[in-house]
Amino acid sequence: MAEQSSGNGAPARPVSPHLSIYRPQLTSVLSILHRMTGVILASGAAMLCAWLLTAAAGERYYAWTEWFLTSWLGYALLAAWSWCLFYHLCNGIRHLFWDAGLGFSLKQTYASGAAVVVASFVLTGLSWGLGLACNLAG
Amino acid sequence: MSLQSPLARVRHLGAAKEGVSHWWGQRLTALLLVPLALWFVGSLWSLVVGGADRAALVDWLSGPVAAVLMLLFLGATFYHLKLGLQVVIEDYVHGYCKWVLLVLNTLLCLVLGLAALYAVIVLAVGG
Repeated sequence: MAEQSSGNGAPARPVSPHLSIYRPQLTSVLSILHRMTGVILASGAAMLCAWLLTAAAGERYYAWTEWFLTSWLGYALLAAWSWCLFYHLCNGIRHLFWDAGLGFSLKQTYASGAAVVVASFVLTGLSWGLGLACNLAG
Repeated sequence: MSLQSPLARVRHLGAAKEGVSHWWGQRLTALLLVPLALWFVGSLWSLVVGGADRAALVDWLSGPVAAVLMLLFLGATFYHLKLGLQVVIEDYVHGYCKWVLLVLNTLLCLVLGLAALYAVIVLAVGG
């Protein structure tokens, strides 16, 4: 146990051992992923804002966004943002069920967690697969 | 050194009484964003398949349904973003840095959100 001062003049009290000593479980990994995808989606929201603003500013400025988003970095970011969005969306629905008091048993949390992971990859794959297929066909 | 007991200090300051509205704000925007995000992804998908040029974007946003849903989507997104990042900052950043980041978060989300709403209105009335 580590001794830690709270910094406000209170005596140093022992704190419990922290995250680093626990073996990661599906539930805890998905929990921190929800936060991480949320933070990554913040950069996606900034991109969304830039996309709309350059479009509103005119063709000349929109060309910058088109150039960036169709570059390799742009495609990589779009792929990351799309998976983050689907994961955060699916796990967010899982959280809303918890907020309503549903699905709290250990078995249910693991089952819904696995479903969220599968759904996030299926939805991402489906969007990109169908998009590429339509582009090739058209 | 304060002569107050720890209990009195806690009672004096108490809760800021903002926690409940933060919690509800995050849940209500989440609920709103479930259908709106799916609609947005679907719209984006058909835009990209249709060529994703500026003309297609203006054409899409010139419809009243798309413009209003887009304004709702952006408003809910940036509010949800502000509330979510606020919690992340409060949990992991401490001291002076925390207050700087909290203020930056509030201002940036406000500015980016308003800019995005403005852009949609400009595009909706004819680009």
